[in-house]
Amino acid sequence: MLKNGKSLKWLAFLALSLFLSGCGNMTVLDPKGPVAESQAWLIWFSIGFMLLIVLVVFILLTVILVKYREREDHKGYQPEIEGSHKLEIIWTIIPVIIVIILSVPTIMTIFELEEAPAATAHKEPVVVHATSVNWKWIFSYPEVGIETVNYLNIPTDRPILFKLTSADSMAALWIPQLGGQKYNMAGMETQLYLQANEVGTYAGRNANYTGEGFSEQKFDVVALEQGDFDAWVEETQSDAPELTQEEYDKLMVPGSSSEMTFSSTHLDWVDHSTDAEYAINAWERMGYEPLNPHSRAGKAYEMPALTQSDSGEIEGFESQAANE
Amino acid sequence: MKWDEFIITGDPLILGAQISILISAIGAVFVLTYFKKWKWLWDEWITSVDHKKLGIMYILIAILMFFRGGIDALMMRTQLAAPNMTFLDSLHYNEIFTTHGTIMIIFMAMPFLIGLMNVVIPLQIGARDVAFPFLNNLSFWTFVIGMGLFNISFIIGGSPSAGWTSYMPLASNELNPGPGQNYYLLGLQISGIGTLATGINMMVTIFKMRAKGMKLMMMPMFTWTTLITSMIIVLAFPVLTIALAEMTFDRLFGTHFFNLTNGGMPMLWANLFWIWGHPEVYIVALPAFGIFSEIITTFSKKRLFGYNAMVYSIVAISVLSFLVWVHHFFTMGSGAVVNSFFSITTMAISIPTGVKIFNWLLTMHKGRITFSTPMLWSVAFIPNFVIGGVTGVMLAMAAADYQYHNTYFLVSHFHYVLIAATVFACFAGFIYWYPKMFGYKLNERIGKWFFWIFVAGFNICFFPQYFLGLDGMPRRIHIYGVEDGWFALNFISTVGAFIMGLAFIILVYNIYYSFRYSPRETTGDAWGGRTLEWATSSAIPPHYNFAKVPEVTAMDPYWDMKEKGIDPNKIDKYEKIHMPSNTAVPFVMGCFMFLAGFGLVFEWFWMGIVGAIGIFACMAYRSFDYNDGYYVSVEEIEETEKRAREAK
Ligand code: HEM
Ligand SMILES: [Cu+2]
Ligand SMILES: [Cu+2]
Repeated sequence: MLKNGKSLKWLAFLALSLFLSGCGNMTVLDPKGPVAESQAWLIWFSIGFMLLIVLVVFILLTVILVKYREREDHKGYQPEIEGSHKLEIIWTIIPVIIVIILSVPTIMTIFELEEAPAATAHKEPVVVHATSVNWKWIFSYPEVGIETVNYLNIPTDRPILFKLTSADSMAALWIPQLGGQKYNMAGMETQLYLQANEVGTYAGRNANYTGEGFSEQKFDVVALEQGDFDAWVEETQSDAPELTQEEYDKLMVPGSSSEMTFSSTHLDWVDHSTDAEYAINAWERMGYEPLNPHSRAGKAYEMPALTQSDSGEIEGFESQAANE
Repeated sequence: MKWDEFIITGDPLILGAQISILISAIGAVFVLTYFKKWKWLWDEWITSVDHKKLGIMYILIAILMFFRGGIDALMMRTQLAAPNMTFLDSLHYNEIFTTHGTIMIIFMAMPFLIGLMNVVIPLQIGARDVAFPFLNNLSFWTFVIGMGLFNISFIIGGSPSAGWTSYMPLASNELNPGPGQNYYLLGLQISGIGTLATGINMMVTIFKMRAKGMKLMMMPMFTWTTLITSMIIVLAFPVLTIALAEMTFDRLFGTHFFNLTNGGMPMLWANLFWIWGHPEVYIVALPAFGIFSEIITTFSKKRLFGYNAMVYSIVAISVLSFLVWVHHFFTMGSGAVVNSFFSITTMAISIPTGVKIFNWLLTMHKGRITFSTPMLWSVAFIPNFVIGGVTGVMLAMAAADYQYHNTYFLVSHFHYVLIAATVFACFAGFIYWYPKMFGYKLNERIGKWFFWIFVAGFNICFFPQYFLGLDGMPRRIHIYGVEDGWFALNFISTVGAFIMGLAFIILVYNIYYSFRYSPRETTGDAWGGRTLEWATSSAIPPHYNFAKVPEVTAMDPYWDMKEKGIDPNKIDKYEKIHMPSNTAVPFVMGCFMFLAGFGLVFEWFWMGIVGAIGIFACMAYRSFDYNDGYYVSVEEIEETEKRAREAK
């Protein structure tokens, strides 16, 4: 029995290691930038410790259960043991030490992530305002005066400083291969440094639940060589249409949107991190009124799926009245 | 209001539910009428102040809610089984995960544990009832009314869909129109009153009504955890009450506590919610720890290892539980210092928890372990809970949490904790005290099937989710694509969920089977218990619990008596016993609460006012009620005790 139990455990251990070696392919553990790398390191570090703890408890438990289960030739029954200060002190101290060992790199990483990655800190970061609107992402590059919807182009090997905010519900910008998430909140601004070291396309999304269109509030992040990125910026500045407030207000109504590109930014007339009411006021201008989704009127109203026409107009918006 | 905003139509799943609810309601009325059971129901249960009967009713409803929350879970798991499924649309999925989470925590886990406390605690400390029996009945009815109000949302008006956390501004009128969110607010508010009252009730009972000789440091561990839990309830629930009231004001009366407009502070909600919410986690975890302690000592035939350390560690956990709430939103950008502080406090909780784990292990060490079903659940708790615990420590490391937050890693973690601790404890306690409640054991063989299948299904369902989380799958999404690469693990997870569903059916079958065929219990001490609840007769001890309250001289008093050969039921002379009378007031008051709550959900204020008047009228009536109970005569006690002895 004992022997069997042991080989079983080794088998389980083997299976687990195989399982874990598969982790290398998992998005979070397949980092493409320094931020995600330091987080992946921390995760591996903690997994190691945790496996150790799990192993100790599992082995102790198995041994005790096997040894002290009721049986014919039972040995060592001592019902009156009250406890043991020595043992109790030991298993208070050991977790204390483990917590300390885990705390140190955790806190170092927490502080580290507040700044641009050390290796590229000398470079000027690219500032991107990332605004979440139900259920779209709006990225503004104030330094070059361009704005995109639902996709994000960035240069490699340079820190990107995201200034996060939201027009309505609380969202979270998350690009797992570049680093962990942070909340976008209306009327507030949070900052997040991320960086890509490799050219490629990475999945980005809203990770914080925001209602009906949440599952689809995703975007592609395209990391380009600095030269290619500059070329894209220039092309956008000259070719893309300008964004007017009237067009922008269409984006404020809850709904989805395709990718869009503009040669100006909405920061000219609103900064959602200081104006939490903008979207709600825009609804009024656009004739949108929230309705019980179970009522006939609420069901009849289709959330708009917006697209950008060649001339730069936003199409696909119909006011609610038109639906009734 | 138009009718189409009132009854939900056009969804085949909901229509099916509506029809089956109607049929079961008609069936229940028919059965009660046919067997002439209405008066029995009213006298013996609805108006009863007997803590044991209230406890049984709590448990019954908790199991019903486990069924409801479980059906929700299976529907979600079906939708997620494969990429691009269209079983549930977004709105429906959102409503289901919101009701699942809320029901499982508020209307399943808590009442199940409160039910067990009700049944066990007075018996365990040698009391005749709780300190405030009337209030106990009232607590039960506010819970039932809150539960009922919350549950009808899916057929009348629409369910809440902002998640069980109901973050603002998502839960505001602007982003969440319709009555759904109001159901959440009022359902939780009404049942919360009951929970708070239970907390006070249990606290006073334990402080004031222990049998002679039972010092605090001699109390059984379930009593200790109930005491500490009650204190957490009393400290934490008022925060929820206020927060819910404020959000209700925002939605019904246009205030701006948490709104987007006029300077509302959505983040204040998140803070208030979790200042209640994290202690809430321990409200459902600590009693579970107590239950496991009882069962592990009984089935190891050994006293608890490190009793004092166990007590100190629950006290430490309860204090720390109020100092960690920010770990639910490390990603809010509170700054490095704040996140570091809450990282450390959170990891610190693992220290007293670890102490408890090792003390349980050492309790079994040098014992004589028998694997009856309650013990199987308690033993399974340890490894599964440790998996939940260590992943909790991983989540506590804020810098890494930026990657786990809002993903299936988190979903898996909290299910490992909530199911391995709370649900396993509910099952374990239910089976352990079943003979105390009903006078016979649940069948052990079927119970083992139930155990193995459930535990297997649980791990198959939730273990893969850690890896889904690390692969970037966010929680609360209702659909994913083929290109995401999450199909295989999700499919496995869904299979596991259905295996758990199968196990639940086995449990229900076991209840039926044991009712028919289990040999009836005669001694009152079904398992060789150590604590006082086993010293009186079963099935369901007489309403006065003990003919004469035993005197306590040692830890594990009943074990001690058995060792010394003392029979606590050998009593020379009986004395009359004072007991509280039944009451209909809480039930009537509950009906008015329902009226008021329902009115407010639909913003029919006249109805709210009628309900409020009714509630106050009941309070006034109660204030002038001078009935302070009755005496059980010596003859009746003799008669009852003789019958219990004869059963032997
Ligand atoms: C018994 C089998 C169970 C299954 C198969 C199950 C499954 C699920 C699923 C699929 C979700 C939704 C995940 C998402 O979309 O984010 C969920 C969420 C949740 N579950 Fe369970 N669950 C089970 C039991 C429980 C229990 C016993 C509890 C509590 C005691 C619980 C508490 C929660 C909570 C709080 C949420 C989060 C809801 C939210 O996001 O607002 N679950 N569960
Ligand atoms: Cu904020
Ligand atoms: Cu917490």
